[in-house]
Amino acid sequence: MSVLVIAEHDNVALKSATLNTITAAAKLGGDIHVLVAGHNARPVAEAAAKVQGVAKVLLADDAIYAHPLAEPLSLLAVAVGRSYGAILAPATTTGKNVLPRVAALLDVAQISDICAVVSPDTFVRPIYAGNALATVQSKDPIKVVTVRGTGFDAAPAEGGSATIETVGAADNPAVSTFVGQQISKSERPELTSARIIVSGGRGMGSEENFKLIEAVADKLGAAVGATRAAVDAGFVPNDLQIGQTGKIVAPELYVAVAISGAIQHLAGMKDSKIIVAINKDEEAPIFQVADYGLVADLFQALPELAQELSK
Amino acid sequence: MKVLVAVKRVVDYNVKIRVKADGSGVDTTNVKFTMNPFDESAVEEAVRLKEAGKASEIVVVSMGPQQAQDTIRTGLAMGADRGILVASDAELQPLAVAKLLKALVDKEQPSLVLVGKQAIDDDSNQTGQMVAALLGWPQGTFASKLVIDGGKADVTREIDGGLETVSLSLPAVVTVDLRLNEPRYASLPNIMKAKKKPIETVSPSDLGIDVAPRLVTLKVEEPARRQAGVKVASVAELVGKLKTEAKVI
Repeated sequence: MSVLVIAEHDNVALKSATLNTITAAAKLGGDIHVLVAGHNARPVAEAAAKVQGVAKVLLADDAIYAHPLAEPLSLLAVAVGRSYGAILAPATTTGKNVLPRVAALLDVAQISDICAVVSPDTFVRPIYAGNALATVQSKDPIKVVTVRGTGFDAAPAEGGSATIETVGAADNPAVSTFVGQQISKSERPELTSARIIVSGGRGMGSEENFKLIEAVADKLGAAVGATRAAVDAGFVPNDLQIGQTGKIVAPELYVAVAISGAIQHLAGMKDSKIIVAINKDEEAPIFQVADYGLVADLFQALPELAQELSK
Repeated sequence: MKVLVAVKRVVDYNVKIRVKADGSGVDTTNVKFTMNPFDESAVEEAVRLKEAGKASEIVVVSMGPQQAQDTIRTGLAMGADRGILVASDAELQPLAVAKLLKALVDKEQPSLVLVGKQAIDDDSNQTGQMVAALLGWPQGTFASKLVIDGGKADVTREIDGGLETVSLSLPAVVTVDLRLNEPRYASLPNIMKAKKKPIETVSPSDLGIDVAPRLVTLKVEEPARRQAGVKVASVAELVGKLKTEAKVI
């Protein structure tokens, strides 16, 4: 049985979530092939070929794959993936968008957001915002799976020497077009791969006050995160949201500032190694999961923290 | 333009769920059920489309036990016109739900299907994409903005890096994020009116769909619980502990 991994990339670089997915694929056994669908994306295919454990890279290079639109991409994944025992993609917004479409076209179930592989047909996945873990077995001939990055280490990006084979484009249904995107630019590390994250909740009060978080984050070389409430309030853009339906993170250190600790937020960060909570409400549920809790006003604690870290 | 909205009856988001001692699942006896919050935003968007003169009729669909009727009534009270309940006491997994929805779409011929991007119980995030695939329709997932104009739907999608806009030819499926809108509370007169709106009941076999589960749940367990740590008295003490005890900075 071979496993097909659908690569996530921006036509220039392979996204790190693909490396975690390759580790999950290795646990299924069999050859690992990586499908790179893009436009002028040969550098991505070359990067994928170097990843340890990858036997073959399939490159579909065509203008219709310049952006990962679900409609053409799913037809390609079905055409290529039909002969595989399993098709895996990272549980990113791209994977979540495309893979259920692939599963439906193959008439098989999808197993979403797995955090462990028990055997080639049995997986563990969180349900109810991670308040329960379900072990599920698929009876389908092809396992279609999205992979939670925090559940698997990244496969080494160097050391492999896979062959690169080109595959032709599949049909373009031509029912959807890419109009544009607003990608947040930041010098800070990417949330899902950051070693340290400093995160703010509704209690931050304003967009302006988030600068206090940013100042601490920059001292630590950390990424900035937020709760849904802080995003909904317009303090920060949506791509910073951590939680049940936002990003799932598990950094070495997670600093939660003015975050009460709703289960929907905990779902996205409770696997962090060390959790620090700073909140003026000593009853806040976040303290029940924090390794270190500081009951303090953020307007005092954050500037003080930035200063202490400069010492 | 007819709009079909699919809504799911789920354990309320405020409920702290408990895993059954025998590991067979989550205990749902005597807990509060409500409409999946993402589906509420889907209903709200449909009603706004109708108020803006873009939608002519809103059909709200739910699947599951008889109590799912209550969830449909909530949608009717928000402003949907009629309901369809696909009654089944069996476990309905996303692929089965997508097939049932496709059968209803074939019958009802809507131009737009709206669903929440994810149900907060099984967290699958699959149904909208699957029904779009089965219909051969385009999809706009994780929508925080929807503009319907001249046979097209422009959907602003929340993606990992920020926002993306795609243009879809109608008919299309759109799965919605909570940021799309703020759902209204149904007024008492509208709740009363909703009681008179028709709900049709069909079964999976009426629709000719095999809903047999493809995934078998072997066990459900509680995740490892984190222990509360210590309170520190000052920022200096915190930084000290992070440096010397936790050794993370």
